[in-house]
Amino acid sequence: MTQFIKLLARNQLALAGGIILSIVVLVSILVPILPLQPPDVTNTADRFMAPFSEGHWLGTDHLGRDLLSRLLWGTRLSLAVGAAAAIVAAVIGSAIGIVAGYFGGTTDNVIMRGVDMLMAFPYILLALAIVAALGPGLMNALIAVAAVNIPFFARNIRGITVGIAHKEFVDAAKLAGKGHLTILTTEILPNVVPVIVIAMSTTIGWMILETAGLSFLGLGSQPPQADLGSMLGEARSALITNPHTSVVPGLMIFIIVMSINLLGDGVRDALDPRLRSGALSRPKPTTTVARQSSPPHGPGEGVLDIRELETQFHVGKRVFKAVNQVSLNIEPGECLGVIGESGSGKSVTALSVMGLVASPPGVITGGAVFHGGQDLVGARYSTLRRLRGDKVAYIFQDPLSTLHPLIRVGEQLAEAIRVHHPVGKAELRQRAIDLLNDVRIPNAESRVDSYPHEMSGGMRQRVAIAMALANEPEVIIADEPTTALDVTVQAQVLSLLDDLRREHNVAIMFITHDFGVVAQLCDRVAVMYGGQIVEQGTTDDILANPAHPYTRKLMECVPELGAGRRELAAIPGLPPAVDDLPPGCAFAPRCHKAQAECTKAPIEMTRGGGRAVRCLYPETKLVEEEPA
Amino acid sequence: MSLALQLDDLSKTFPVGKPLFGPAKAHVRAVRPVTLQVETGETLGIVGESGCGKSTLARMLVGLLPPSTGEIKIEGHRLNNANPAEFGRSIQYVFQDPISSLNPRKSIRSILEVPLKRLHGMNAEARRARISEIFASVNLREEFLERYPHEFSGGQAQRIGIARALAANARIMVLDEPVSALDVSVQAQVLNLLARLKGEFGLTYLFISHDLAVVEAVSDRVAVMYFGAVVEVGKAEKIFAAPRHPYTNLLAGSAPVVGRPLTPPEAKGTELPDPLNPPPGCPFAPRCPKATEICRDVDPPLEQMGEDQFAACHHPLDA
Repeated sequence: MTQFIKLLARNQLALAGGIILSIVVLVSILVPILPLQPPDVTNTADRFMAPFSEGHWLGTDHLGRDLLSRLLWGTRLSLAVGAAAAIVAAVIGSAIGIVAGYFGGTTDNVIMRGVDMLMAFPYILLALAIVAALGPGLMNALIAVAAVNIPFFARNIRGITVGIAHKEFVDAAKLAGKGHLTILTTEILPNVVPVIVIAMSTTIGWMILETAGLSFLGLGSQPPQADLGSMLGEARSALITNPHTSVVPGLMIFIIVMSINLLGDGVRDALDPRLRSGALSRPKPTTTVARQSSPPHGPGEGVLDIRELETQFHVGKRVFKAVNQVSLNIEPGECLGVIGESGSGKSVTALSVMGLVASPPGVITGGAVFHGGQDLVGARYSTLRRLRGDKVAYIFQDPLSTLHPLIRVGEQLAEAIRVHHPVGKAELRQRAIDLLNDVRIPNAESRVDSYPHEMSGGMRQRVAIAMALANEPEVIIADEPTTALDVTVQAQVLSLLDDLRREHNVAIMFITHDFGVVAQLCDRVAVMYGGQIVEQGTTDDILANPAHPYTRKLMECVPELGAGRRELAAIPGLPPAVDDLPPGCAFAPRCHKAQAECTKAPIEMTRGGGRAVRCLYPETKLVEEEPA
Repeated sequence: MSLALQLDDLSKTFPVGKPLFGPAKAHVRAVRPVTLQVETGETLGIVGESGCGKSTLARMLVGLLPPSTGEIKIEGHRLNNANPAEFGRSIQYVFQDPISSLNPRKSIRSILEVPLKRLHGMNAEARRARISEIFASVNLREEFLERYPHEFSGGQAQRIGIARALAANARIMVLDEPVSALDVSVQAQVLNLLARLKGEFGLTYLFISHDLAVVEAVSDRVAVMYFGAVVEVGKAEKIFAAPRHPYTNLLAGSAPVVGRPLTPPEAKGTELPDPLNPPPGCPFAPRCPKATEICRDVDPPLEQMGEDQFAACHHPLDA
């Protein structure tokens, strides 16, 4: 709640709207005890007095009634009717929406088609029809305005409810013995209340306007009772001769609706989690670079050389050290596995290479990434853009979200090529077909015209691989490319990747959490934990003799097929939070070998025999480097 | 041995493209008739790839989905009215996604209180005592009770989910991919906790997973599902070592194993048959290396093969 108020206060327009509205509301609450003249007493002798006249600050209207008094009483009435209409519309509309969204199926269909019919009428026509049926009067105007706005709430809330009704916690509540009504009120309602509040705060101003509109037409408040709409309506005939009688209520409507809308927008921005997390602040095209020390010197070894890379996320005052002093290099045609659990920094390392970490909040704070003698960290956007997808290509986990759903896969492949190489249309199509053939998609000639949704998950991932291969890259960075796939499909995609890297001599940086996959595909492995590489070496060495206690423990945790029923090994405790890393070894709190020294200072990498380990008490001693 | 759970010809068909009034245009058979028995105190593993119907089966077992045909007997009693509250007392469910199975706007204590209050009608005092007891048995500190779901890691949240299932005091638990959203190092913590609870409370588990190695490690028996039907059932230690159904063999051969060279397990397409237009014969026939004419015409029934292994195949593999 305090966070909500803080966020709201940061928005100056919303704050101003809130202050003005509070004053208006406060004054209209106090109207009965303010020393005002009676609003309905006519005195035709004093009609149309100008503002600032004696005894009448805002002048008088066509019947000589005090405008200030009428304005304040009218504001009080308009606010009350508008707010009441909003509450009625919100309660009924939300109830309809929740019921339709929760029960779904035919119930949903019938209710929502009814709501659609209500929406098909122009709102003012519908309101007029309701008032015509019920007869004029403020209460009937309120009913009409509420009824007209029910569909808005019903549709909004139904959409939100549909998403919530399929959440597992609703199923869990059913299994815990709750009935439909209890689930609706205690499980679903608390989750939709913020949306109802948002919808109300943005529509209440609109409803005040609509009530004023009906009163203006003489269908709302009846004389002599004043509300803002009827005041305008009565002043209409004197608009030219005595404009102040229209301007006064008109200005008041403007002030109320404007301040409500400003406040409402602020409430929405502060309550909506998507807007709060900054989804509207679009990330920059490359990650921000703010290196605190001079970067390592090039030109770097191999096709991709990551040196002492540090990537952090700055969220408010908290600093998440996602990647900390990571050094990796990949030789041409080599497959390097990067293995780690969630939050170990493996994906952020991969995204940092081409400056793809979202900024804000991501910042590269140190290190360098060399490719072809050039440091990619801090390279200009145009340079990165030229290299992205050309020399360095990515494959991501979920092919459904990386392929554009409305464009045929052939055109997406062609686009990937066209961005980097000027090639004719016919040739592009042929290249796309060749690429699909390369990734063993049967009937490539017809598949090239398919949309992504027409393909299975495995096929889509093959298309994504084809796209990565489109420009004959030197490095492919594959971020958990088979995690979303079934095992039988995974086996095929892995063997395809293995064949392709030999055929095209492309280096692969393969990010995964699965030792089985690493063992089958990768030449070398780097194990990450808490944002650091804790062990690096050839796959065979590491799998046969893991040196870091974490690697060893992690391998013991992986159940292997064929060993029968058994107790599985577990690592006690939880992975560290990267905004609160211990000063020494990040694994020390969970490590059975940890000593006091392990927790004092950062542990350096020990190298030997083509391996490296970041541990003071490794499981196996590394072979000393023999002098050449 | 008493039976904890008996399924007879249980199946589920979903209508597709149903207009507002009138019958649906087509039907998808998510689960084809399944007959299975689970003994008291047993862990039955259910494996299969996405879309094989294992989650639909699980949701029918706990009454979240009404079955289209067949019946479910829990401890000898027929409970077929698809009323989750009535099911809740004897069979409970642990969900795949630990975070989304907890209402974000409720404290852990109020989440755990619901089954105690609704299913067992306990008073406030008894609830407090029981919650402390359950929380201790899933290795969580009592101070966590007043917190909200977003403050927990996946492993902790899954333990809260298990605590909720325990609170209902059911003797059968359906575990739907309970560890697939967790990291490997945490996964084993939860699996070992489940094993301990089973011994402590004499529970019966249905363990659903796509990870063969995990299923093998925790199960007594395993049922393999393909395209909505059980194609093979057998002892956990034997079913992957000596599969009789070619699909089980394919699954076992596809799991990445340290030390096995990378060879594509099958050359043919991996597309599942179209569920709107299922083939007349064995649905695995288009992918099967041993398929013959009869496979494409007649869907094989589940038959006993060997001592305690059943497979649905015209040309089973040698034991």
